[in-house]
Amino acid sequence: MQILSKTNKSILSAMVRSDFKLRYQNSILGYLWSLLRPLLLSVILYIVFVKFLRISGDIRHYASYLLLGIMCWTFFIEITMGGVSAVVGKGDLIRKISIPRYLTVVSTSASALINFGLNFVVLLGIMLVTGVEVQVKYLILVPFLLIQLYALSLAIAFILAAAYVKYRDVSFIWEVFTQMLFYLTPIIYPVSLVVQRYPMGKYIMLNPLAQIIQHLRYILVTPQSQTAWQVLGWTALVPILSVPVICIIAVKYFRSESKSFAENV
Amino acid sequence: MYKTMTETKERIDKTKVVISVSGVSKYFSPSKGQRSIKQAFTSFFSSKKDSAVKDGYWALKDVGFEVYKGEFFGIVGRNGSGKSTLLKMIAGVYTPTKGSIDTDGKIVPFIELGVGFNAELTGKDNVFLNGALLGFTRKEMMDMYDDIVSFAELQDHMDIKLKNFSSGMQVRLAFSIAIRAKSDILLVDEVLAVGDSSFQKKCFEIFTALKKEGRTIVFITHDMTAIERFCDRVLVIDKTKARGIYTPNEAGAIYDHLNAKYNTEENDISEVTGKAPSRWGSGEVRLDKVTVFSEGKLSKNNVVEMGEDLEIRMSFTAKTTKKIVIGLAFEDIFGVNIAGPNSIGVNLSSKEAVSYKANNIPLVPGEYKVTIAIYDQDIINEYDHLEKSVKLTVTGKSHNIYGKVNLFGKWSI
Repeated sequence: MQILSKTNKSILSAMVRSDFKLRYQNSILGYLWSLLRPLLLSVILYIVFVKFLRISGDIRHYASYLLLGIMCWTFFIEITMGGVSAVVGKGDLIRKISIPRYLTVVSTSASALINFGLNFVVLLGIMLVTGVEVQVKYLILVPFLLIQLYALSLAIAFILAAAYVKYRDVSFIWEVFTQMLFYLTPIIYPVSLVVQRYPMGKYIMLNPLAQIIQHLRYILVTPQSQTAWQVLGWTALVPILSVPVICIIAVKYFRSESKSFAENV
Repeated sequence: MYKTMTETKERIDKTKVVISVSGVSKYFSPSKGQRSIKQAFTSFFSSKKDSAVKDGYWALKDVGFEVYKGEFFGIVGRNGSGKSTLLKMIAGVYTPTKGSIDTDGKIVPFIELGVGFNAELTGKDNVFLNGALLGFTRKEMMDMYDDIVSFAELQDHMDIKLKNFSSGMQVRLAFSIAIRAKSDILLVDEVLAVGDSSFQKKCFEIFTALKKEGRTIVFITHDMTAIERFCDRVLVIDKTKARGIYTPNEAGAIYDHLNAKYNTEENDISEVTGKAPSRWGSGEVRLDKVTVFSEGKLSKNNVVEMGEDLEIRMSFTAKTTKKIVIGLAFEDIFGVNIAGPNSIGVNLSSKEAVSYKANNIPLVPGEYKVTIAIYDQDIINEYDHLEKSVKLTVTGKSHNIYGKVNLFGKWSI
């Protein structure tokens, strides 16, 4: 995918601006809602799973631990769910002009990026107040992990967006699949809980999302977070390398499908 | 039309092809839009794929042409002939199934006004959105904003949501953004169909200005007046295929003929007469067949060259022995009756042929229609009437000939 030209940049920013205006013009708290979502979700999950069900293990700084996981998850969901209808939702544009098709998908990811950034600031505040064990020597890896997360989310969004043009079942399937994925990803429960109880449990770390979240937690919150390397050894390369592979598949699939978007959408 | 040749030559650079379309076909797949995975599965596993394929269709078949720099290039054809599909392929919206399209220069598709307009956004927001989609940066739009608003005469409405604009206001706004697009090639589809007459006048003024600037414009319309006024060359598309590239005058005639041909599906007399738009009469005498001869030779497509000898042969079935009068009327594409020769009383025995000969026909190149009417000798009862039933194409060099007929005169100084 080519680097954004000046024209494409202004198209992208115009699309993002109008999407924002459209989404928040009729709600009183407006933009604050989408910002509050991961925080509120974290509070609920914290109460249910930590206070009532007591499955936090003995993870220190569990509030930050949970919030970071939820933030990454919300980011992934926002981009992929937005991706499903990204092309179809911009059908009237696609049918009329030849703007690069990938801009529609990228533009829907913009709000997720902004939300993630702002939530990250909130998280930093909580981390400062509650105190966390940052692994300073690995801090340099954080940007790479975030890029990995964005690339993975965007790649899946591209695949879903292109598939949804042809198959309208995609939105339902993805909705159900993400419900399942939420519980398959170690977001609310510690990895150790699964690994100790089930011999096959360690394979939940094959999920690239789990690999990213656990690494981020390890570096930013507590070294108690078990990473893919610790659980899987060299097999940890599978979830890491799966991201570029998924990206290549996504680009190829989206490119070949985008030729017929205008007539199928 | 009275184009000055020098002006045309300077504006068009025939050495530079800016749009090159070669062998382009477009196939639309069956059941476009909503498909389910179940359908995909069943069609994947079933051997009978033919049934699905039949639902698709060719919107365009093997079309090729070139547009020169600075040219005002028209595309005409009836609804569904494939011209909009062609324009969308030039714009890069559709990908050709076969063939290739090469373009040189920045293209702004004017295919529909107000692309991206959203009813829930204010007029101002829509200006910036639409502007970005037409290739402007936000800064450029800010600089132009006041001009756009004042050209559209909507100064007091820009903070109102677009859904509260009248359709005329929306078009005005969209148009005043679109005309600012800086492009080498402009693709225009049916813009003139919307808006009132003062808006159309504005459009014409803009086109005149753009033409003078030497911009390349590809123009689709059903308005033959606009075609004749602006276009240098015109591509006629008939039923997914290119019929050819013509001068605006020729194209107008052919387009008119295509419309007449397809508008009428009844009264099929013969291949030569084509589809008669309307036929009436008491039926005692009926025309069976019409054939056109040029210079004594059968002319299959009713084509005759200006200045040649024309013969129209007609054969009849008669239930009466009375004398009849046969009347012909030659009309041009505008319905102007150019000539109307009537026969004297003809005594007709069954199935006899009658012919009408005209030497050195003076009709200027173009399409004509011949009406044939058969009356009794007193011209009271009409036995058979075939309104505009025979098309006649007159070919030849129309260079330096204006008007309806060629007087074959000589200039001397």
